[in-house]
Amino acid sequence: MNFSEVFKHTNQLCRVSPDGKYLATCVQYRLVVRDVSSLQILHLYTCLDQVTCMEWSSDSQFILCAMYKRALVQVWSLEQPDWHCKIDEGSAGLVSSRWSPDGRHILNTTEFHVSAESGGVAPAARQLSLPLRVTVWSLCSKSVSYIKYPKACQKGLDFSRDGRYVALAERRDCKDHVSVFVCDDWQLLRHFETDTQDLAGVEWSPNGCVLAVWDTCLEYRVLLYSLDGRLLSTYSAYEWCLGIKSIAWSPSSQFLAIGSYDEKVRILNHITWKKLIEFEHPATVSNSKAVVYKEMERRHVGGCDDLTLHHQITLGGSLFNTQSKYEICPLPVQIPVVKPDPDRANPKVGISSMAFSVDSRYLATKNDNMPSCVWVWDIQRLRLLAVLEQTAPVRCFQWDPRRPRLALCTGSSKLYIWSPAGCISVPVPVEGSFPVQSLSWHSSGQALILLSKEHLCLCYLETEAERGDVASS
Amino acid sequence: MAESSLESSNMSCNSSRLMYPSRNHTHSSMPLSKQSYSVLSAFCSEGNITQCISYINQEMSSLGFPALCNELDSGGDLKAVSVLNNMYELLQLHRRSLRALEELETEQLKSASHLEHLKLCNSRLKEQLEQSRRESTGLCERERQLQMKVKSLQNCLKNEKEEVQKLQNIISSRASQYNHDMKRKEREFSKLKERLNQLLIDKKDKRLAIEVLNYVGRSDGKRSLWKTGKTEARNEGEMYQTLLNDYESRQKELLVENAELKKVLQQMKKEMVSILSPRKHSQKGETIDDSLELPGSENEEEVCDSSRETLELSCEHAREQLTNSIRQQWRRLKNHMEKLDNQASLVQNGSLGDNEVISRKSHEETVEKLKLEIQQCKDFIQTQQQLWQQQLSCPCDDETAALLNDCYMLEEKERLKEEWKLFDEQKKNFEKERRNFTEAAIRLGHERKAFEEDRAMWLKHQFLNMTPFLDRNKSQSALKSPEASEVTVAPESQYHNAFSTPKAAPAKIPSTADLYRTLRLLPDHGSPRSQPKNGNWQDSDVILSRDVSAKSGFLGAADCSIYSLVGTESSPN
Repeated sequence: MNFSEVFKHTNQLCRVSPDGKYLATCVQYRLVVRDVSSLQILHLYTCLDQVTCMEWSSDSQFILCAMYKRALVQVWSLEQPDWHCKIDEGSAGLVSSRWSPDGRHILNTTEFHVSAESGGVAPAARQLSLPLRVTVWSLCSKSVSYIKYPKACQKGLDFSRDGRYVALAERRDCKDHVSVFVCDDWQLLRHFETDTQDLAGVEWSPNGCVLAVWDTCLEYRVLLYSLDGRLLSTYSAYEWCLGIKSIAWSPSSQFLAIGSYDEKVRILNHITWKKLIEFEHPATVSNSKAVVYKEMERRHVGGCDDLTLHHQITLGGSLFNTQSKYEICPLPVQIPVVKPDPDRANPKVGISSMAFSVDSRYLATKNDNMPSCVWVWDIQRLRLLAVLEQTAPVRCFQWDPRRPRLALCTGSSKLYIWSPAGCISVPVPVEGSFPVQSLSWHSSGQALILLSKEHLCLCYLETEAERGDVASS
Repeated sequence: MAESSLESSNMSCNSSRLMYPSRNHTHSSMPLSKQSYSVLSAFCSEGNITQCISYINQEMSSLGFPALCNELDSGGDLKAVSVLNNMYELLQLHRRSLRALEELETEQLKSASHLEHLKLCNSRLKEQLEQSRRESTGLCERERQLQMKVKSLQNCLKNEKEEVQKLQNIISSRASQYNHDMKRKEREFSKLKERLNQLLIDKKDKRLAIEVLNYVGRSDGKRSLWKTGKTEARNEGEMYQTLLNDYESRQKELLVENAELKKVLQQMKKEMVSILSPRKHSQKGETIDDSLELPGSENEEEVCDSSRETLELSCEHAREQLTNSIRQQWRRLKNHMEKLDNQASLVQNGSLGDNEVISRKSHEETVEKLKLEIQQCKDFIQTQQQLWQQQLSCPCDDETAALLNDCYMLEEKERLKEEWKLFDEQKKNFEKERRNFTEAAIRLGHERKAFEEDRAMWLKHQFLNMTPFLDRNKSQSALKSPEASEVTVAPESQYHNAFSTPKAAPAKIPSTADLYRTLRLLPDHGSPRSQPKNGNWQDSDVILSRDVSAKSGFLGAADCSIYSLVGTESSPN
């Protein structure tokens, strides 16, 4: 495992191009494009203001930089560095900007920010956000399309994996609707009303044939629509309680995992759309087949014999650097639980994030009232496989896009990787501390991008053969 | 009646006495009364004897005593006998009455104490009564209070219910109001949005624009098409195509899965049939209690055939038939398993102890046998060594012997083989003969001697064959014989004798190394081949080093757990 030198970034804006060749980072108003292998700067673009959003086009040809405050979007080309494009959304507020799957259209969601001073509608200095429309700008022609009535919600817009369709949540006449557009020519394919109180999100199945629609957290309801707008099934686990918090499709489109506020994950199958199994997240793990890895921290004492001199020099900067390793806890294990504040909105309880591994064999989940734990479930055997108990709350976890291994970070200067063979904790050998706030995999699965608040660093993982060596030792 | 009358008379007597004040009630002692009589003596004096007598007489008669004197002659001569009798009777009466009195007094005392006790009891009971009365009143009071409370609580509940109802009403009304407001607001919003949109369009927001240096081509290289009905139809078609593809692939998957399941089902069925059918055949003959299951087994094959057909058909009816047959067979299998379980448990309980004992015994026996064999083998080795020594005691020196050995090796081998065959035959004959001999020994004791002579002859012949001086090869074959026959018989003493005779020959005894050399187990010192010892060392060395490496590898593995090792190793860059 090797680590690159450290680069600066702002706003966590650091993306690898879809073809895996380039790394784009934003530093204030500058956009830096590097070669991933050599980390040499290839291009440097200067935007008009501090960038708040940056995205690669699907063909890795263009980079979109959005400046929401100024309602501006700038597009840069890799092939023609002097080519430029600027989109001004005018007086409407820009809230979201993204590429269409073909990489030639930009979808801008605009809102009107109505404040007490300007509009005089509300007596208090309260801001009302009115999702106004989605503007589709084309880079190929002068055509501009508008999509009216978009709904501002958890996930109101979703492109199908093959990039042919886009589903958009709409609100018309106090009723939720979903529109399906063909991305090729932005033609409305289907438009249907959904039986939801307050639609919270839409998500395509990876094969693009089923659209999952879920209701707001006040109501547990998942609706599954076919591409042609037929309602396939409705699922509701319970009533009168806070409902769905997150949703995840397995890459095989075979399972739909629903994480809810009752600290459970329910998995639906793709044939009957009935519940296959319910994964609980108990405070005491007593399942004899699960392995609980507990991160144990020990203070780094100077002159530790397993570190070379070089390490001591590199680590010497931080005196209180701690080393940590995993230990397998004998069952049953008590997991620390944080009691949520009942008086605050969006209580910190329930399954907030879930992710399937690329082979759909494993599911990683995080329960918000057990913030320091990541649970890994075996989907083949439908049981708990491992629990990773960290010393700090888990910030981010992501599966390797190629292999079933999970990388996670906790805001400490360490990187943690789980694989079915075991669990490792690697300190980031950077001068000073490097609290890893978030991470993302390179599409080849051979590198990881680690982001701290202002810096980023690449972590190169060994190839398969090397990995085998390590595993066998 | 007589007694009662007596009693009454006594009473009257008492009462009459009571008239006299001197009379003491409690202590009525005779001397005292006498004294009183003497002191007072008012009743009778010299003067009034006759009156007294008549009076007494009257009294006596009235009391039913015989008269003291004749009534007729009132002169008054007393009849002494009757007086004395009367006196005696009176005294008796007196004494009896006294006793009665005493008894009565004790009775009275007893009754008095009883009375006292009863009184005490009474008072206590009264107290209890009082107390329980008080308690009951207290309880009554409490009950009343509780009832009051219940009433008040009921009132409260009623109020609360009303309140809840009210609140619910309020909530629902507010909810509806909220919903209404929401809708209104949303409508307002939408209107506002419309207006804003309109305004934007009317105003022609100048800032709303796109600046592109030059338009780029589509990613697929094609030119964009005009939106027409045709494209719409094409989109629809494509959509249905993708859906169809998805369904098709899913159907294919399901088909594969179905086929696999069917295969498994069929296999299971086949296996079930194969498990069940032989049992049926075997049990048909021996048991009658299986007769209930027999009809099932008879149509089993038919069912099996039909199921095979149904698997291909896979229509509803066939499926039912299939599942039914499977279920039926499964039930039968279960019954069978249960029965087997029962049997197994019975057998286990019955013969567990026996088996163990037997096995241990046999084990010990075999150990004994093996020990014996080892002993025999050792003996044979010893005798062999001795033989070799004798053989080597011939005049030629070691090297020539080795050479000779070399020369003879192949020939010897051939001959040995032949002789081995011969010997085997001989052995067989011998054993046959031995068997005959034992049988004959039992049956025909007298023939034994002749047979022994025969055997002695045979042995002699063999011994002659064995002697190294006659024929080396023959001796070798003979030498092998004990080894071969060691298990069957052990006529050790004879062999010992046979081997011990040549031992007496005066010869220099060669070392075992020489023996090895002659046996070609050990190469000559002069030969360029590596010494076996050395080779051994090398071998052991290799093993040792391997051991070490294995150990170090193990240690390494122990040292570095997957977690810590990778973590520390991978950190350098």
